[in-house]
Amino acid sequence: MRALANPRNLVVAAILIFLALVPVYAQARANPYLLSLFTRIIILAMAAVSLNLIMGFGGMVSFGHAAYIGLGGYAVGILAQEGITAGLVQWPVAIVTSALLAVVIGAFSLRTRGVYFIMITLAFAQMIYYVGVGLERYGGDDGLSIDRRSQFGGLFNLSNRTVFYYVCFGLLLASVYLVWRLVNSRFGLVIQGARSNDRRMRAIGFPTYRYRLVCFVIAGTICGLAGVLLANHTDFISPATMHWTRSGDLIVMAVLGGMGTVLGPVLGALALLLLEEALSGLTEYWQVILGPLLLAVVLFARGGIDGMLASLNRA
Amino acid sequence: MPEPLLEIDGLTKRFGGVVASDGIRLAVAPGELHAIIGPNGAGKTTLIGQLTGELAPDAGRIRFGGTDITRLPAHRRSLMGLARSFQITSLFLDFTALDNVALAVQAHAGHSFRFWRNARRERALREPAHKALARVGLVERAHCIVASMSHGEHRQLEIAMGLATAPRMLLLDEPMAGMGPEESQRMVALLRELKGELTILLVEHDMEAVFALADRITVLVYGRVIASDTPAVVRLNAEVRQAYLGEQEAVIRHG
Ligand SMILES: Nc1ncnc2c1ncn2[C@@H]1O[C@H](COP(=O)(O)OP(=O)(O)O)[C@@H](O)[C@H]1O
Ligand SMILES: [Mg+2]
Repeated sequence: MRALANPRNLVVAAILIFLALVPVYAQARANPYLLSLFTRIIILAMAAVSLNLIMGFGGMVSFGHAAYIGLGGYAVGILAQEGITAGLVQWPVAIVTSALLAVVIGAFSLRTRGVYFIMITLAFAQMIYYVGVGLERYGGDDGLSIDRRSQFGGLFNLSNRTVFYYVCFGLLLASVYLVWRLVNSRFGLVIQGARSNDRRMRAIGFPTYRYRLVCFVIAGTICGLAGVLLANHTDFISPATMHWTRSGDLIVMAVLGGMGTVLGPVLGALALLLLEEALSGLTEYWQVILGPLLLAVVLFARGGIDGMLASLNRA
Repeated sequence: MPEPLLEIDGLTKRFGGVVASDGIRLAVAPGELHAIIGPNGAGKTTLIGQLTGELAPDAGRIRFGGTDITRLPAHRRSLMGLARSFQITSLFLDFTALDNVALAVQAHAGHSFRFWRNARRERALREPAHKALARVGLVERAHCIVASMSHGEHRQLEIAMGLATAPRMLLLDEPMAGMGPEESQRMVALLRELKGELTILLVEHDMEAVFALADRITVLVYGRVIASDTPAVVRLNAEVRQAYLGEQEAVIRHG
């Protein structure tokens, strides 16, 4: 048990407790902006956790992961526009469409490696982006306002910001737990083995393609759910959600936080979005500061923030 | 002669103008330790690659245990009991030695669409992996990260991964390459032990080891079989001596 109380785990536990208490604090300070900011952080953290499943553990660097955020969001937006606001319809539709999109993208892209994989996932995401732009009926380029959040009857009311926050937080924890179980299971070892040495995997008897495809679909599905949350959070969906720079943000979160562990991307999302918040308050050119900072992490802290915390354990 | 376990007929592979396998015909009986020798570039690794399914032959057929496997993908051949070690070590460098071998066990323990249980706590995977490590003398190194292990240990681990799948036949591509004399001796002892338990196809440059271990030897030059017989006969074969053994001895003496 002593091993559990190491510095890294203490920091992570403190952050999780902090996240659990954000609504209480925001209420006490009568600061709805704070709650909104952290809701957004948590939703994007969930997307980054899903990306890290394929990127960090599976070595599949997808440069189109934001497509699933958009798809999940559009599922909610389009259904709402057509008068279907029931969450029990919207959410499963979003999840199934995200999974199907991941099957299609994965089936093509997983036949390639390295830069080609990155380019194909990017190309698919750009296609989806332009489909969004072309959806005249649903606002095209300008996007689509969502008048009513997903309805869950008497179960919970997502229009209540605190309830919504805890739904997002609960789903983030569930995703983290799911990914953690996955990466330690037989399935997860196959995924990591294929990242490490795919040729050897095939030589010892693994048909790795189908395992990697399933992993790709699981990640896309979790990210689609994050998209559902984001659309409900902003009451709005537009193609901008799927822009390739959004996919880049998710990659940055995972790399910054640390790809080696399940929780790394949560730290990365927190760090990136809080930095963005703080720096953009200081100067219009905040990206000029953020850029070198990222560079430093990549060059000097290979394991990201999580890796730095872990090195405290050994100190 | 009993029905051969491995039968190769007319196997041909070209890389541009190079004929790396030139109508290779060869049979390995069950339980036999069959060595393949030949100078660098003779096509030994290319032959192994075609046997395991990493390379597709341009012509010819491969039968294993009576089944035509010429067009089967690599993972299917492995599941049929054909295991290999790589000449250039090919391991999971960021995993522990035990994880490496346990993955090989897992590959042969049903499908891996199991998403929940911690695989590192599954005795059904860890115990056979431990046994395979013990077999090659790596058991104290079980929890080392492979990247931090020595070259000799990597070679041993390659064999352990092959053994862990309980194969019918082991294809070894220069298992002793780059090993010191002491490590080589241990490897020879291990191969001697394995001989008789399973069928082995051994590609090796160490002539002393080959002639000590092999039941039969096939000599490959420019992708062609120039002799395939018992060690005693091969040693006396004039063409072999001229094409290969003499040159090899010279290399050993001067290099
Ligand atoms: N992937 C490849 N592409 C082109 N030529 C190759 C390839 N692999 C092997 N060769 C050529 O085929 C011949 C046999 O090589 P190889 O099988 O590695 O020989 P050996 O293992 O006996 O040293 C060599 O001439 C080599 O250059
Ligand atoms: Mg070779």
